[in-house]
Amino acid sequence: MKRLRRYVDRIKPHFQEGGKFEKLHSTFDAFETFLFVPDHVTEKGAHVRDIMDMKRTMIIVVLATLPALLVGCWNTGYQHFLAVGETYGETVNMWDAFWYGFLRVFPIIVVSYVVGLGIEFGFAQWRGHEVNEGFLVTGILIPLVMPVDVPLWMVALATAFAVVIGKEVFGGTGMNILNPALTARVFLFFAYPARMSGDKVWIGGLLDGAGTVDAFSGATVLGQAAAGMENFSNGLGLEYGPMQMFLGNIPGSIGETSTLAILLGALLLIYTGVGSWKIILAVFAGGAAMAGLLNLVGSDTNQLFNIPFWQHLMLGGFAFGAVFMATDPVSAAQTEKGKWIYGFLIGILAILIRVLNPAYPEGVMLAILFMNVFAPLIDHYVIRANIRSRLRRWEMRAQ
Amino acid sequence: MENLINIFVRSIFIDNMIFAYFLGMCSYLAVSKTVKTSVGLGIAVIFVLGITVPVNYLIENYLLKEGALTWLSPGFADVDLSFLTFIVFIAVIASMVQLVEMIVEKFTPALYNSLGIFLPLIAVNCAILGGSLFMQEREYHNLAEATVFGLGSGVGWFLAIVGIAAIREKIRYSNVPAPLRGLGITFIITGLMGIAFMSFMGIKL
Repeated sequence: MKRLRRYVDRIKPHFQEGGKFEKLHSTFDAFETFLFVPDHVTEKGAHVRDIMDMKRTMIIVVLATLPALLVGCWNTGYQHFLAVGETYGETVNMWDAFWYGFLRVFPIIVVSYVVGLGIEFGFAQWRGHEVNEGFLVTGILIPLVMPVDVPLWMVALATAFAVVIGKEVFGGTGMNILNPALTARVFLFFAYPARMSGDKVWIGGLLDGAGTVDAFSGATVLGQAAAGMENFSNGLGLEYGPMQMFLGNIPGSIGETSTLAILLGALLLIYTGVGSWKIILAVFAGGAAMAGLLNLVGSDTNQLFNIPFWQHLMLGGFAFGAVFMATDPVSAAQTEKGKWIYGFLIGILAILIRVLNPAYPEGVMLAILFMNVFAPLIDHYVIRANIRSRLRRWEMRAQ
Repeated sequence: MENLINIFVRSIFIDNMIFAYFLGMCSYLAVSKTVKTSVGLGIAVIFVLGITVPVNYLIENYLLKEGALTWLSPGFADVDLSFLTFIVFIAVIASMVQLVEMIVEKFTPALYNSLGIFLPLIAVNCAILGGSLFMQEREYHNLAEATVFGLGSGVGWFLAIVGIAAIREKIRYSNVPAPLRGLGITFIITGLMGIAFMSFMGIKL
């Protein structure tokens, strides 16, 4: 380690002002702070609320996504082997499943990081600012919200769109208005709807020719509910009950299925103070309230009305969105009161879109995006209200 | 009653004037620099839409449409004045805007000054004429439906301009590349907001 430090110190002058590689300063700085704790902290940007260097904040989020990622890898393999007719526990074991899933998921992660960081470094050089660490998180969140079978060029395209239009045109990390990972997902959702929904995309290795067992259904639970089924299963006798929804061995995007793994991540985020517990709690409260209301209304034709409200919270991307997407400190509401309003409305909207909009079986990402757009407005009025009440207090005292 | 709520919600979120039809963009882009003035303009637009759409509804159904004049005498059954639609609608809109301008100038001179030319320009705001023409095209059944549609469209427009004004206030501190500053980034934000509003498309009420 010491030798590395000495080496970094030796080449440092080349990158500082007047050095040979002055233009590459931000690239050098990015790698230096990646390897060593820097002697300076992040000072500028709308997101700075602490004296931490931003990279530490970001790395905690990446750590928090690890449980979801690992379970996601395992589940990818598990779903694949079920689909091609292997018996889990006999012909294949946990490691086979994990290894298969890892081989499917890893390329997506690599593509997302290479494309995203490439653009990020390019912009940093061109505009002469530091390389923003924000992409460390975005780069891991993008693969987690993708279906397993997404082609890699689509990941690359979506990542490029999200980084350039969602973030860099606003000046980089901390200045964007929409969550970049969600922007990537929504871009794919609207640009290539056929590849982003349906029965096959959620299970790895089905589109490229491998045959499935007869009667196998790869539809997600929400897809099945939208199609009017009352009991959810994979067609082979494995029912998707509440336990499956909680543990996550159901079809879905890579990282979103396991509520348990996501909650582990949530604990880390809340313990370290990186994610706002208010937002997470408010999203769940809003979702439960709305789903409970719809339960009471009931419907004969739309099966989604009748899913018990607590199952709604474990289905689809609800937990993932609440924990990792809604809490994004940049695009969420910044004021404390605003966070409650923001989270609660996300929960309500997510369930509303999911249940009432037949076009989209899942509404979480759109709900979060919608509230990202209105978060500044919420903040604006919370701050105005605060100013007004303080003025009134001051006037009272002056009398 | 349920029907009215449906029309109201539809016109705010699903058929939003800005994000679904991109109507009324000029004042939306020009006045959305601060939340305060955009609230003022938004309310003016709600007011104008809420009055012109029902008034035009009455004119359309009792004066202009083919056979609309039968209430005067049965002999007018084959009179069709619908070629006058545009000019009459615009005349109604212009006079309503004049009214709004006088009210705003009288009661909130500060807002009147900050809105400047864009207040009289509501008269040529495409969202307003669009509201009346959509009313004609969608064939609402009675006056109440037309009124609710007008108000809902106005509220949708209000929501859009206030939302983008808050975002523009926030990104004032962002390091936007120089060529994009001002209108460029506003167009990009509008596009991104449009994506967010697409979440409501397809909802059947």
